[in-house]
Amino acid sequence: MSDDVIAPRFKIGDPVRVKAQYPPGHIRTPWYIRGKVGSIGGYLGSYWNPEKSAEGGDGKPDRMVYHVHFEQAQLWPDYHGNDSDELVVDLQDHWLEAASPQELEAGNLP
Amino acid sequence: MSDAETNRGQHDIGGLNVDSLIDRSEHRLSLSERRVDAMMNLLFAPDRKIFNIDEMRRAIETLPSDLYENYNYYERWTLAMEKLLIGKGIMTPEEIAAKVAEIKVRLKEAGVSV
Repeated sequence: MSDDVIAPRFKIGDPVRVKAQYPPGHIRTPWYIRGKVGSIGGYLGSYWNPEKSAEGGDGKPDRMVYHVHFEQAQLWPDYHGNDSDELVVDLQDHWLEAASPQELEAGNLP
Repeated sequence: MSDAETNRGQHDIGGLNVDSLIDRSEHRLSLSERRVDAMMNLLFAPDRKIFNIDEMRRAIETLPSDLYENYNYYERWTLAMEKLLIGKGIMTPEEIAAKVAEIKVRLKEAGVSV
């Protein structure tokens, strides 16, 4: 973790959408979570951007990494687990955009 | 396959249906696996910084699919290290081939099958 102090852009509980972007190159945001709406669960601190440093260099500037929570039943149409099951994904700030409470409520299934 | 789908990394398979379950069994590391790990740490070392861990991961994930699928974890590491060292002009394919040939001769003389 970096010593740089970075103010988080989102608050705990904020609805967020993972950007529905599919660029080439070294990407750390899993394919299946892109475009999905979840909520901020916690802060992991600020880190260099591995998608940049994968091409050499230090990957600066650092960016906040969040725990983002998703409802499992809202990710997989055939999910057979408990309704309360959650998936927690570590995502870096540049992959997130603000979403509305209504969008979070509406969920991710078509 | 859409243009976007072609950008999906071969490692990025979460949520896809697969034919077989992931083998999650552990094994005792072999001497050669430990050596690969040691070599990696030497290449990452702060006083060398030949490459960083993210370049390494990118090199593994962008191996040709036949290599990626048919080689195990530490074998992929060696292939990725080779790719990065050649890409950065630190070693040449000819130098590596010559060294491998030399080692094979040595092993043969020692009675080790290769």
